[in-house]
Amino acid sequence: MPEAPSHPTGGTAARQRWMAVLARAGAARLTALLAHAPALPACTVLRGPESGLVMLRGRAGGGGAPFNLGEMSVTRCTVRNADGMVGHAYVQGRDTAQARLAAELDAALQDPARHDALHAAVIARLAAEQQAACDAAAAKAAATRVQFFTMATMRTS
Amino acid sequence: MAYVAVKGGERAIDNAHAWLAEERRGDPSVPEVCVAQIGAQLGRAVDRVMAEGSLYDPELAAVAVKQSQGDLIEAAFLLRAYRTTLPRFGYSTPLDTAAMRVRRRVSAVYKDLPGGQVLGPTYDYTHRLLDFALAADGTPPPPAPRAEAEAATMPRVSDILRGEDLIEGDGPRETDREPTDLTREPLGFPASRDARLQALARGDEGFLLAMGYSTQRGWGGSHPFVGEVRLGEVAVEIVPPELGFAIDIGDVTLTECQMINQFKGSKTKPPQFTRGYGLVFGHAERKAMGMALVDRAMRHDEFGEEATAPAQNVEFILYHSDNIEGTGFVEHLKLPHYVDFQSELETIRRMRREAEVALHE
Repeated sequence: MPEAPSHPTGGTAARQRWMAVLARAGAARLTALLAHAPALPACTVLRGPESGLVMLRGRAGGGGAPFNLGEMSVTRCTVRNADGMVGHAYVQGRDTAQARLAAELDAALQDPARHDALHAAVIARLAAEQQAACDAAAAKAAATRVQFFTMATMRTS
Repeated sequence: MAYVAVKGGERAIDNAHAWLAEERRGDPSVPEVCVAQIGAQLGRAVDRVMAEGSLYDPELAAVAVKQSQGDLIEAAFLLRAYRTTLPRFGYSTPLDTAAMRVRRRVSAVYKDLPGGQVLGPTYDYTHRLLDFALAADGTPPPPAPRAEAEAATMPRVSDILRGEDLIEGDGPRETDREPTDLTREPLGFPASRDARLQALARGDEGFLLAMGYSTQRGWGGSHPFVGEVRLGEVAVEIVPPELGFAIDIGDVTLTECQMINQFKGSKTKPPQFTRGYGLVFGHAERKAMGMALVDRAMRHDEFGEEATAPAQNVEFILYHSDNIEGTGFVEHLKLPHYVDFQSELETIRRMRREAEVALHE
């Protein structure tokens, strides 16, 4: 989706989007895409990667007061790269390699000098793959949508 | 309760567990089932283990199913035990089921509702005839048909009915306290609705099914209709303090049930439909519906209903809905109670002696 952000890397909204995309990409896929992307700068790990739990909340009736539904496994990681950028990752599941790569990418993507090439090589491609998977599910669901028709009563005058 | 330290069973226990491992693997000439196969092909078992284990992690749940040889309560127990080894990072923002990427959504009350009736991957309308083709090495099924999807989101049926004020609302979105967290604090009574919903969401499917069923058969009946059952994926959002803004960290599959029940009114309020709510990890319609029926039954005090049936008894339901606690207490009876039983033996011998003496007097 082309946009013209005033911020060189798109600001918080853009960062939220790439973090969402990275949260849904396994380490194997990230590694494969990074092989054809500009090299990431060296990183120091500030925290993790470590797995833990997030308690998911629902709302009574769907839109009422919050309640605790159950926990989900989450892995997080924080890095600082050689450019001094700090990257964070919180990803569903227990894939520590994914969290580490996602944090490194989050750091590098905040750097205007690196953003565009990495975004094109990794984020845009992952986003397209994820969108295609969502579209496929939506298309299968649409095919199961009931088309009601009314039986015309046969009356001869 | 007294337990006795018993020594001497170590070798027997080790050998029993070695045999268990052999049994679990089964006939070595048959290929071993892998965790990915369980995740992909026994998805409803994995979903049930996640829901009752109260931990959303399909891969771990699949491992648990394999480890427990398909004993799903044992598998849920394994997940509950595992979760205690992990730190808690925080709470999500409440999941927005109205924004669900819906794969299935049916309503029994409105034929022509916005978004339509979407059957999704369902067992409904199948003939329940065993498919012997599955017993043979099957060829993969043809890909599911596709059709052009409408971009519109699907409003919840409860929100559609709200338009005419015919149905009670969801209640306030915010409360002045944090919701009860049963993983952190013990169950207390009277139990708030949030505590009840958490307990039901991780409750045993069979128990909730039976209790929900009992309300339909007149034990605390409330004339239910399925306003809506929806299944699909919902994004999970958290606000990490180090970032200060919300981030989307992945999707969970959820089943939500909006049960619509018969009316209640008061001197100040005209009659409205009342509601019960079910929300469960994974594809779990039976459980979501049971949860919604029981949730509504337990709300009797809000509507001034007389509580006479088991499903309306909040303490009874909440104390017995958790199959991990249930299995722990029931199955502990298998453990040595030698000393307890010895004292019982002495008691009954004494009683019998006394009874015999009394008989001859």
